Amino acid sequence: MANAARTDTATERARRDAARTSTEREEGRSEPAAPPPLFETLSGIPVKALYTPEDVKPGLEERLGAPGSFPFTRGLHPEMYRTRIWTMRQFAGFGTAEHTNQRFHYLLAQGMTGLSTAFDMPTLMGYDPDHPMALGEVGREGVAISSLEDMEILFRGIPLDQVTTSMTINAPAVVLLAMYVAVAEKQGIPPEKLGGTVQADMLKEFIAQKEWICPPRPSVKICVDMIEWCAEHMPKWNSISISGYHIREAGATAVQELAFTIADGIGYVEECVKRGMDVDQFAPRLSFFWDVHNDFFEEIAKFRAGRRIWASLMRDRFGAKNPRSWMLRTHAQTAGVSLTAQQPLNNVARVAIQALAAVLGGTQSLHTNSMDETLSLPTEEAATVALRTQQVIAHETGVTNVVDPFAGSYFLESLTDRMEEEAMAYIRRIDEMGGIIQAVENGFPQKEIADSAYRFQMQVERGQRTIVGVNRFGGDEEVSIPVLKIDPEIERRQIERVRAVRARRDAARWERAILALRDACMSDRNLVPPVLEAVRAYATLGEIADVFREAYGVYREPAVF
Amino acid sequence: MARKIRVLVAKAGLDGHDRGAKVVASAMRDAGFEVIYTGLHQTPEMIVQAAVQEDVDAVALSILSGAHMTLFPRVLALMREKGIGDVLLTGGGIIPREDMAALKQSGVGELFGPGTPTTAIIDYIRNTAREHRSARAGSAGVGSGRTGSAGAGPAQ
Repeated sequence: MANAARTDTATERARRDAARTSTEREEGRSEPAAPPPLFETLSGIPVKALYTPEDVKPGLEERLGAPGSFPFTRGLHPEMYRTRIWTMRQFAGFGTAEHTNQRFHYLLAQGMTGLSTAFDMPTLMGYDPDHPMALGEVGREGVAISSLEDMEILFRGIPLDQVTTSMTINAPAVVLLAMYVAVAEKQGIPPEKLGGTVQADMLKEFIAQKEWICPPRPSVKICVDMIEWCAEHMPKWNSISISGYHIREAGATAVQELAFTIADGIGYVEECVKRGMDVDQFAPRLSFFWDVHNDFFEEIAKFRAGRRIWASLMRDRFGAKNPRSWMLRTHAQTAGVSLTAQQPLNNVARVAIQALAAVLGGTQSLHTNSMDETLSLPTEEAATVALRTQQVIAHETGVTNVVDPFAGSYFLESLTDRMEEEAMAYIRRIDEMGGIIQAVENGFPQKEIADSAYRFQMQVERGQRTIVGVNRFGGDEEVSIPVLKIDPEIERRQIERVRAVRARRDAARWERAILALRDACMSDRNLVPPVLEAVRAYATLGEIADVFREAYGVYREPAVF
Repeated sequence: MARKIRVLVAKAGLDGHDRGAKVVASAMRDAGFEVIYTGLHQTPEMIVQAAVQEDVDAVALSILSGAHMTLFPRVLALMREKGIGDVLLTGGGIIPREDMAALKQSGVGELFGPGTPTTAIIDYIRNTAREHRSARAGSAGVGSGRTGSAGAGPAQ
């Protein structure tokens, strides 16, 4: 009872606080009192005060399995982090290849164990820096990579057989994959020794991240080309990272993130099977990427439910026999969208809690966001604190000692089941529409996500959802942390460099390579080999993307909200 | 009966982050505005052309890619060139405070950062558009059909 009384007082104090702040800011406008809290998860699943054995349906042991065995609810490995800590993989990229190469060396020296590359907008959309659409965007949201020369500089001094590299690249992923292979060649390392990931998940681009070149069907075709080529030549490479992250950031709930991401996964598997590939030949190299948001238990449940759903689908729907095909291996990143520009130091706490949920959910690798990411790209100091947050969880808290410690919790098991049911209901709906590609062409997931985003914003504005430092407990303070500035000179220098590459390269070899690529596009062959030859001939990213545009057309999204 | 406030919500450049633009567009619509949304990947030329054609009271630009110091001035210059320099150019996104100040200095209206309630944006555009219409018409009566500025009541 004493506890309850204290909580009431704290709540009242908070309400007075919020009322006072809004009065000060909005000069006398009367605000309604904050409505009572919502007892539901961020996905809107109702949450009771108490869970008992009655909340767990019979057959729990079968739904759980042992860690490392079907259906992998409890994790992919028998001993999880006791054998090996997750990979700490911090996303980095800004300015030119030189700037990002320096940041990579710094992060590796700080104990980071895998690289992860952020590209700038022109690179993501397949434009060279001197294209009119690239104006003002070069090197701002990530590193500018326009030709093999930039890629050589980006990985200078980093032996590619000793690190694993993730590249967040989609529409032009085949070009960046080819550049990575070509840089490795120059280091004397064959493709079969390379470990890492290209995101190469175009379905979620049309659903959420909105960076594309061609329409959905040819875009997915190129993704499948990569899956096919990697299955044959790059046994340690993840040919795709099927991503819920961007879906969630665009406004989806956890349930929608789970459902649409797995529906995307089904879409890719179906396309590969249609091409005549054996499921066990490629499925072990499919990987996933979850967002980790603020709702602690819901996030842990999402990771567990995701593994269970995928294992069943792969075994029972697609007939995969290799247990590695059943495993949903995942990267995770804390939720950028949950961070606030107001009181940015609070973001360190949010990131720590989200990272803890990802670890308790059994992630294979993790990126923790920097506290300043609502203001700019991270400064070195902010990026270091984010990495240290993971190291504290890994080495100080003891949570790595026990596998899936929440298993058997009445609440968490009930929530895991509920998320599985709700996600499967969406997946059935998408199947009925004719599959995810059709659903995306209909705009179904896009509309669902936009509706969820709007609903959440209205809940925040009505005070039903609290964002600390934004709609309660202050707000509007002057931001006083340093932010990273991108020198506008970078754009000019990048333009000069790409023009020099075009002038210097072997024109005859370049022309042969571009013609061969065009021919491959027209005849529906696998595009990885001709793209590889084009990047070796120093064809630029924009030139290769132009061949795609010419062959497949340019995508324009219907402007609806 | 005054016509509704018309706003062009625009995404400029290569930036694909459309969550904020769509949420703000929906909130404006529910507040009774007529909202024209450009969709993604628009050039400044396309945006200003749409603003002229649609005869809008305000252009609301959303930029989260860091290209705001290039794109806002281009849109503003083109608006002046096309004879709609008196129409409000406002917007939001990931824009550092000093950049906001510089853009406002150059003639851009209020800019809104993360965490802004949609009601603040709606109130601002409603008030500014009303002043702007009054100034254009040279009469206080025109464009004052909507009264009361508190909250964002739904459209009927």
